Amino acid sequence: MNIEKKASEGQMIEFIDVHKWFGEFHVLQGIDLTVGKQERIVICGPSGSGKSTLIRCINRLEEHQRGRITVDGIELTNNIKNIEKIRAEVGMVFQHFNLFPHLTIVENLALGPLWVKKVPKKEAEEAAMVYLEKVHIAEQARKYPGQLSGGQQQRVAIARSLCMNPKVMLFDEPTSALDPEMIKEVLDVMIELAREGMTMIVVTHEMGFAKSVAHRVLFMDFGKIVEGNTPEEFFKNPQHERTKLFLSQILH
Amino acid sequence: MEQAVQAEEVRPPVTQIGVIGWVRHNLFNGVFNSLLTIVTLFFLWKVVPPFFRWAFIDSAWHTTGQACKQAAGACWSVVSMNYRFILFGFYPYEQQWRPFLAMMILFGLLFYSRNRNHWKKPLAYAWIIGLFTMGLLMKGGIFGLKSVESTQWGGLPLTLLLAVFGLTAAYPLGVILALGRRSKMPGVKALSILYIELIRGVPLISLLFMSAIIFPLFLPEGVTFNKILRAQVAIILFTAAYIAEVVRGGLQAMSRGQYEAAESIGLNYYLTMRLVILPQALKIVIPPTVSILISAFKDTSLVVIIALFDLLKTTQTVLSNPEWMGFSREAYVFVGILYFLGCFSMSNYSRKLEKELSRGD
Repeated sequence: MNIEKKASEGQMIEFIDVHKWFGEFHVLQGIDLTVGKQERIVICGPSGSGKSTLIRCINRLEEHQRGRITVDGIELTNNIKNIEKIRAEVGMVFQHFNLFPHLTIVENLALGPLWVKKVPKKEAEEAAMVYLEKVHIAEQARKYPGQLSGGQQQRVAIARSLCMNPKVMLFDEPTSALDPEMIKEVLDVMIELAREGMTMIVVTHEMGFAKSVAHRVLFMDFGKIVEGNTPEEFFKNPQHERTKLFLSQILH
Repeated sequence: MEQAVQAEEVRPPVTQIGVIGWVRHNLFNGVFNSLLTIVTLFFLWKVVPPFFRWAFIDSAWHTTGQACKQAAGACWSVVSMNYRFILFGFYPYEQQWRPFLAMMILFGLLFYSRNRNHWKKPLAYAWIIGLFTMGLLMKGGIFGLKSVESTQWGGLPLTLLLAVFGLTAAYPLGVILALGRRSKMPGVKALSILYIELIRGVPLISLLFMSAIIFPLFLPEGVTFNKILRAQVAIILFTAAYIAEVVRGGLQAMSRGQYEAAESIGLNYYLTMRLVILPQALKIVIPPTVSILISAFKDTSLVVIIALFDLLKTTQTVLSNPEWMGFSREAYVFVGILYFLGCFSMSNYSRKLEKELSRGD
């Protein structure tokens, strides 16, 4: 696999000293992170380390309580208009796909463009078909999500996000709920996306994917980014004991 | 040509299929079930022929009350001789084609609306025009129609009026209350809870009394509200509180993932609810919702306590006439059939709707 690994200039997302608590539990303990345009970042770490919470803060599915988060020049505050603007620019793919079960595949895809961007129905559905082609699933367009396999559903979920023409794609453990034989078809779609220069932040334990696609791999534990490095350095020379322990556990 | 594989068909034993198989499987499946079947058959034999005799053979169909008293069986004359009063109450006799026509328009619209493919703009216009025409027919006063005061409305049209408006207005109000109860805004939430708990804590009868007797006391002198309207409002408020709780159950059944997915593609609260959450949540709660609607339909008969002449009250009035006294069985069977038709078609329709909406599962 040969993917251009140079990120272009300019920054897309910035975290400055971000803290978040769930009740008494301090999930994010001072996150500082800058993601450049077209940069691809993989975040790994043990469960409960705050990695999902971190990316969910980017489109405000979770609210941070201290510090600043800026996405494409817009700061995330309680301003609902800004939040909606950012959400329309940031795509998200979930562990459990979260397709809308009462709508057909093509309706799932067209929903956002139709209602948020006010694209006419015919155009929205045509665009939806283009994205379905892209994730190799156009023949399923008229089916309902429940009739598709997990891998197919996840590819539909990716296409649904792409329909909004996002500037950033967030992936929250996109392959963790899949049967092993379906992981590859989803990763392949993500790799194609990377090739096209999409800015991506991926929470995953697929280290093969991290090695071939990511500009940077971050390791999180106890609400902090413990270390971050290029994949080559990260896997060859982990700096911290905890990183070493984690890598030894997941790489066997 | 490909050679067809000719497998010899082996049929199951006769005792497993067909009539014998069905009887064995369903009626004589074990000692206890056989016993139940025999006992039930015995009861049916004891009950059905005499009932049939009473209802159809020995019965009087179109006689005076006096002649009825001689008959050994049912006196259906109580219905056939009085059906105009039972159905239309005190509505002027020669004008009763008007409520009849209004009901036909209503049935026509309801029937046409059964098909979800017809749920488009023209249907909405048809309903608006239909409702307007129905009101015009009932009330009169223009186009040469004699004016009929609403105090003279009664019977089936009144029951249908209270039910159809009550249910169609209570449903959206209930949904709004359910959303309000789950709102993040403390004020909205508190108000919704207060409303739901207050209304649910009070019997419908007391609400009707309040609307009829207490409410007018607070109005300035000379200002009156139509009595039917007040009862209508009471029914709507009451039913909405129950629907709200059922809908809330449906909302709670939705996973967080659905909200998050909707939000992540930029849908705002209103669109998330309208396009993603409510279509699924309302579908889940169709069975309990229809239960509430059916019981609300029957509860409209409680308006007799504020002296409105709905279908049940007009029937009772006929029965208090000395000529027809003592034939309450027959009259109530008739009214029961009318109520049953209403309730059964609702439950039937809800099953059809559920089936159509479950394509995605």
